[in-house]
Amino acid sequence: MTLTETILARAAGKARVQAGDNVWVQADILMTHDVCGPGTIGVFKREFGQTAKVWDPNKVVIIPDHYIFTADSKSNRNVDILRDFVREQGIGYFYDVIDDPSGHWVFDPSRGSLKRQHGAHYAGVCHTALTQKGHTRPGEVLFGTDSHTCMAGAFNEFATGIGNTDAGFVMGTGKLLLKVPETMHFRLEGKLQPGVMAKDIILHCIGEIGFDGATYRAMQFDGPGVANLSMDDRMTIANMAIEAGGKNGIFEFDAQTQAYVDYRCKLNGTKAAYEPVARDKDEKFVYELVVDLGKLEPTVACHPNPGQRKLAKELGSIKLDRAYVGSCTGGKTSDFLEFAAVLRGRRVVIDTFGVPATPEIVHDLQSARWGDKTVWQVLTEAGVQMTENAGCAACLGGPVDTFGRMNAPLKCISATNRNFPGRMGHKDSQVFLASPATVAASALTGKITDPREFLPKG
Amino acid sequence: MQSVFTGPVFVVRDNIDTDQIIPAQYLNLVPTIPDEYEKLGAYAFAGLPESANPERYVKEGQLDSEYPIVVAGRNFGCGSSREHAPIALGSAGCKVVLAESFARIFFRNSVATGELYPCESPDRLCDAFKTGDVVTVDLDAGTVTAKSTGKVYKFKPLGDVRPVVDAGGLFNYARNTGMIPK
Repeated sequence: MTLTETILARAAGKARVQAGDNVWVQADILMTHDVCGPGTIGVFKREFGQTAKVWDPNKVVIIPDHYIFTADSKSNRNVDILRDFVREQGIGYFYDVIDDPSGHWVFDPSRGSLKRQHGAHYAGVCHTALTQKGHTRPGEVLFGTDSHTCMAGAFNEFATGIGNTDAGFVMGTGKLLLKVPETMHFRLEGKLQPGVMAKDIILHCIGEIGFDGATYRAMQFDGPGVANLSMDDRMTIANMAIEAGGKNGIFEFDAQTQAYVDYRCKLNGTKAAYEPVARDKDEKFVYELVVDLGKLEPTVACHPNPGQRKLAKELGSIKLDRAYVGSCTGGKTSDFLEFAAVLRGRRVVIDTFGVPATPEIVHDLQSARWGDKTVWQVLTEAGVQMTENAGCAACLGGPVDTFGRMNAPLKCISATNRNFPGRMGHKDSQVFLASPATVAASALTGKITDPREFLPKG
Repeated sequence: MQSVFTGPVFVVRDNIDTDQIIPAQYLNLVPTIPDEYEKLGAYAFAGLPESANPERYVKEGQLDSEYPIVVAGRNFGCGSSREHAPIALGSAGCKVVLAESFARIFFRNSVATGELYPCESPDRLCDAFKTGDVVTVDLDAGTVTAKSTGKVYKFKPLGDVRPVVDAGGLFNYARNTGMIPK
C-alpha cells in the first residue's frame, strides 16, 4: 500500500484498502477557523441538537486566523461565535485572538495595521499553528475546514480539507466516509541550487501535471532528495497539493520529522505518541515523476492559475505593482530569512508587504540578529511593510480593509499559494506565484526577476 | 423528487474557482444563519471578471438568479474548501451544474449540502450553449435538451450521489437510510 492507503486502512480498522474503496475513517484531529467554524458549528447544532456535545473536545482544534485584523463587524462576531462554542463545549485547544475568555473581539483600525493587536494565546495561520502547537503527528488523520489542510502531509499524516457539512458530521461522530485516492508518485533526487527554494519544486510539479492533474488523488513525495529538505520546505510543498486538485500530499517519515514533532508535542504538552507509516513493496502508483532538484530553476506560476508555469528568467518583461510574502505556504521563518537575505542592504522599488504566518515567526524575526540588526529591521529598512498581526491577511483577499489586499487591478508577485482571478482582492488584479527569494528580487527591480542575479558572486 | 429542470443556462468556461463563485470578502457570512444564507445567493458568481462574463448571474439588487442551470467547462469549483460556494449557487436558485469536470471538494460539498446536482458531461457544453439558451435537464434520462434545436446531449449518471442530493444532503440521507439515528 502507499503511505496514504496505509494510514486510511489503519484509520478504518482494516488490514488493507485500495484506491477506490469507500471507507469510514476515524479522525484524530478536526481543525476549524473563523471563516468556516461558525457555519460548521451551525451544522453541528442543527443536525445533532442544540445541547449536543462534540465527539471529543480534545480532538477539536479551533484557530481563528482568516479575517481577524479587520473592522468588519461580522468577521469580529465570527471570532466571538467560536469563543462561545469553545466555552460551552470545553474545547481543549482554542487559540483565541483575545485573552479574556468571556470578552468580545473588536479590531481597532485607529491603531494601524502594523502593531500587534492580538493577545497571548493567538497562534496565527491555522496550518502553521497546527504544527507549531503540536497537533500534527505522523500516521494520523487530520480533517480541516480549509483546503490547505493538506500542508500537514509534510509530517507523514493524512490531512485533507473538507466543507462545513462534512466537518459538522465529524464534529458529532469523529468519523467521515472517504474514497481512498489513487496515488501519484513524485520521487525527489539531489539537492537544490542556491537561489532555488521548495516553492520552485512544487510549482515545477504542478506545471508538469497541470493544476487539475491530481484531482481526487494523493501526491506522495519521497526519495533521497527529501533528506535535503527541511520540515518548512516539506510544508511548502505539501501545502500546494490542492493547487493541483490533490486530495492530500504526503511525505515519508524520517529523523527530521521525528525531531520536529517530538519537540513540538513536548513543548505544548500535546499527545506525544504516534505511529509513522512507511513505504512497502507493493505500492501502486497511477503516475510517476522523478524530479532532479539540482536542475530546477526559480519558477513562477503566472496569472490566472497555479499551473501556468514559467521560469523567472523568462518573465523579465512583466512589470509589477507590488510584492507580498506571507501565508501558510510562504510566511514561515525560513521563508522570511531567504526573503531578507536577498533584500539585505538594498531597497524595494514597489509596494512590498510581509505578513508572518504566526506570532512565533514574528518573534523569530524580531529576535534573530544579522550583525547589529534584527532580521525584522533588515526587512523594514529595505522598505518592506512588515505587520506584527500574523494571519492569512491578503493571501485570500478578505474584507476590503485587509492588510495588503489589492483593491485595484494591480499586478502582484506573491509567495502565497493561489492565483485565480481576484484571489488577492480586486477581480481584475493579477497574481504571480513564486518563492520568497524570487519575490524579493522582483521587489528590488519592479519586474519579475530571477533571484540568482542578487546572489553573492563566487 | 423533481428530476426535470427547464430554464435558461448561465455559461462559464474552464477553471472557475471558488473565489469567482463567491469572493472571499463575503465569507464573513455564515451559511447556517438564514438571512446570511439568502445574502450569499445575491453574491453568487460575483467574482467573475466582467471582461469574460458581461452578464451577471444575479442582477444588481436581487437575491435570486434567473438561471437555474449553470454550464461550465473543466475543473469547476477548484480552489478553496469553502462550502459557501455551492451554497451561494443553491441560495440563488441554481439546481444543476453541468460541467466537463469538477474539483473534488466542490463536488463533495454540493452533495453533502444537497444544494445542487453536480453533473459531469463528456461533451463540452460550454461551447455548445450560450448564456440565456433554454434547456431541459432530465436527471433520470441523463440528458440535456436544447429547446431551440431539439439537440440532445448525454451526461454521466449521478449514481450514488443522486439519492443524497435528492434527500437534501448528507445528514438527511444518513437519517433516512439508518446510518445515523433519526
